[in-house]
Amino acid sequence: MEFFRIGRDIPFMRHALVLNVISIVTFVAAVGFLAARGLHLSIEFTGGTVMEVAYPQPADLPKIRETVGGLGFAEVQVQSFGTARDVLIRLSIEKGVTSAQQSERVMTALKRADPGVELRRVEFVGPAVGEELATDGALALLFVVIGIMTYLAFRFEWKFSIAAIVANLHDVVIILGFFAAFQWEFSLAVLAAVLAVLGYSVNESVIIFDRIRESFRKHRKMSTPEIIDHAITSTISRTMITHGSTLMMVLAILIFGGPTLFYFALALSIGICFGIYSSVFVAAAIAMWLGVKREDLVKPVKKKDGTEPELP
Amino acid sequence: MNRYPVWKYLIIAVAVAFGLIYTLPNFFGESPAVQVSSAKATVKVDAAVLGRVEQSLSAAGVAHTGIQLDGASIKARFGDTDTQLKAKDAIARALNPDAAEPAFVVALNLLSASPQWLATLGALPMYLGLDLRGGVHFLLQVDVKGALSKRIDATVGEVRTLLRDRNVRHAGVRRDGDLVEVRFRDEAMLDRARDVITAANADLQAVPGPSDGAERRLLVSFKPAAERALLENSVKQNITTLHNRINELGVSEPVIAQQGADRIVVQLPGVQDTARAKDILGRTATLEARLVDLTAEAQSAVTGQGAVPFGSELFRQGRGAPVVLKRQPIFTGEQLTSAAATFDENQRPAVAISLNDAAGRVLREVSRENIKKPMAVVLFERGRGEVLTVATIQSELGSRFQITGMESPQASNDLALLLRAGALAAPMEIIEERTIGPSLGADNIRQGFNSTLYGFIAIAVFMVAYYVVMGLISTVALAINVLLLIALLSLLQATLTLPGIAAIALTLGMAIDANVLINERIREELRNGATPQAAISAGYERAWGTILDSNITTLIAGVALLAFGSGAVRGFAVVHCLGILTSMFSAVVVSRGFVNLWYGRQKKLASISIGQVWKPKGA
Repeated sequence: MEFFRIGRDIPFMRHALVLNVISIVTFVAAVGFLAARGLHLSIEFTGGTVMEVAYPQPADLPKIRETVGGLGFAEVQVQSFGTARDVLIRLSIEKGVTSAQQSERVMTALKRADPGVELRRVEFVGPAVGEELATDGALALLFVVIGIMTYLAFRFEWKFSIAAIVANLHDVVIILGFFAAFQWEFSLAVLAAVLAVLGYSVNESVIIFDRIRESFRKHRKMSTPEIIDHAITSTISRTMITHGSTLMMVLAILIFGGPTLFYFALALSIGICFGIYSSVFVAAAIAMWLGVKREDLVKPVKKKDGTEPELP
Repeated sequence: MNRYPVWKYLIIAVAVAFGLIYTLPNFFGESPAVQVSSAKATVKVDAAVLGRVEQSLSAAGVAHTGIQLDGASIKARFGDTDTQLKAKDAIARALNPDAAEPAFVVALNLLSASPQWLATLGALPMYLGLDLRGGVHFLLQVDVKGALSKRIDATVGEVRTLLRDRNVRHAGVRRDGDLVEVRFRDEAMLDRARDVITAANADLQAVPGPSDGAERRLLVSFKPAAERALLENSVKQNITTLHNRINELGVSEPVIAQQGADRIVVQLPGVQDTARAKDILGRTATLEARLVDLTAEAQSAVTGQGAVPFGSELFRQGRGAPVVLKRQPIFTGEQLTSAAATFDENQRPAVAISLNDAAGRVLREVSRENIKKPMAVVLFERGRGEVLTVATIQSELGSRFQITGMESPQASNDLALLLRAGALAAPMEIIEERTIGPSLGADNIRQGFNSTLYGFIAIAVFMVAYYVVMGLISTVALAINVLLLIALLSLLQATLTLPGIAAIALTLGMAIDANVLINERIREELRNGATPQAAISAGYERAWGTILDSNITTLIAGVALLAFGSGAVRGFAVVHCLGILTSMFSAVVVSRGFVNLWYGRQKKLASISIGQVWKPKGA
């Protein structure tokens, strides 16, 4: 079996402009959603209380809303969670009432309405902790960006390092755009997924850059766009298969992992799909526009004494 | 060319054996057990207690499958949960004859059922996080500013008394922010006061401040080192207090640890009743000092012959002799500013106590009137008092004094701890809480396991269909990756959480990348007309650099998550980083080992089973 039977190099770079326009449009749309709707942050970031309760029979959401709403809390959200029997209740932080009192009052009221209800989980996060988590998240993102840029600049060349990070940050913004557009809950686990995707899709760019460098050495007569086309064409099979395999795993988490891991897996799925697109179509094109040349990657060899490290 | 030296095969064999041994305990499941630990700082769990537990079990006719003293607790295993419950009752009856005042915590627990020889190798099952086994997690913020403020208030009184005792005339002592300000009318008094204060308390520093009109000012504050020590101690003291309180809950393996400078994490696996847990964490225990009632009526009450006289109460010292104390306390725990184990002038173990100014003054008067009479220190908890010590007043006491009569330095340490543990040093606030029911924990394990399994099967089917024998080898290498990862997690006893399981799945999905790279490279070499042996060799060598690069970028992201992540993110990051490391080994070294074993020995290898290698027409 061989999926990719490509005889000639595909002229990706001829369409670089069109592909990048698509990219920019998606990016702008994502930024627009982020600005207009914002992220629906989980209580880990905002502070508050989340309760998960389970009923033996499908839950009657309007009735639960009425019961919990009658307790007089400022902001209450009731939604089903995973199955029809599981219900998630969100309460905002209130001055003078501890989380313990909040959750106990809700449970007492729910028990009165239906004694079969079972408390599955309570999470409470104070406002100070939420702020810290948001700061730590931003720091982690910064660390990843600087770390990867430094590594790529050292391993390849600054043009590649900028191209890779631009392409992959654009993925991150698009994932966030999806979360803003559909108002999916953005939790700590989703943040972890976003950062993992960032590291993962930089891989993709690295593999293509590796090939570009190798092709520059091997094929001295080709022009830069031809070299890039050749590199992408010869890695495309591996790109699709790897991402396909990773995606199979992530989809398994999405389908079987239950509601807790759902958005985590969703962020990964979107990230992997856009990761392919940006590494193949965006990163190399940016490197091309930044004017990457043979001399940038293939250092002139003075003597054939093996000072130049062997190619991988 | 595709031959490994023997030592490389040995390394692979050792790694696989290591993986098998350390993964093994996870398959044995858990057996019901009863865990006995100390409920009081003064009670130690030792071999003698082990004997009592064994005796009580054999007396009750309950058969156990293993019993051992493990650090500060005794663990006894049983065949089924019915026996476990019977055993718990039997042990509790034997160790705690007075159910209202238990000396030991007897808790139900689940212990790994893996055989002893695995445990001696350090092979334990993975440590499951609360989201997988159910329980309560609290993050408490200690108000260290509050503790400092309390101490500064106490210092105002201390300074005032000190100056009066030494006949240093001043024009007023008051608190000013974090400072204690003392006013004087003349320079000489100020100098004397400075000497007196710094000599009396080494933790204090006194600096003359700018004068205010005719009045000179002396600013007294804590030395930075003393202030730091005070803050550290207040967090430590709160942890000690929490330990003592959580013992009452009968939790088998509580985690109480400091996080950062001023936070405490409390994790209570298996506890469902959060309301009670929170009640106990927030409760205060109090300490009181009282005089022993030496009247004839009181002495007859001690021997059980008469009623306890009005104005007195009967207490017991541990399970020892009763003693009758007057109701009126001399001082209470709130007035205690510190308690530390020390030695008296005869090198006997003692506990140095310091009281605040008001309590010091009362104690001085009381002790002057009661020299050579006994005084008792009582700890009140849950509305019941227990006499910690009865000591004879040797001389007039002040705000700083010593309690002697301890048997050993250990005993004085315990007493100091207990005195400090009586109350929280600083107020605390719950800033994060997580409660996970046991059914949710079980669901999480099942869902996490299933998604990893199904994902793995999907990848395996695809790899074998697409790359045939090379695909099979990749799949085996991937399986060994799982084995090594789980073995490492078990060995390090890193906490496995649901995001951690997701990280295992994700790492597997990413790890297959290395094998895809290798296989694609080999196909490409074959396409370009290389011989099978040369293609294998070139494929592995060329792919290695790429694999390294791509894993390093992933690792950078993983390390960032580890460094800045907390909670769920950290659980994910630990597994993710370990997984990247094991995948590099298994995908490159292990899979190459199999390939070398399979193909490397065949001198005239005609073809590699790597699926169809398509060649473009005319190429």
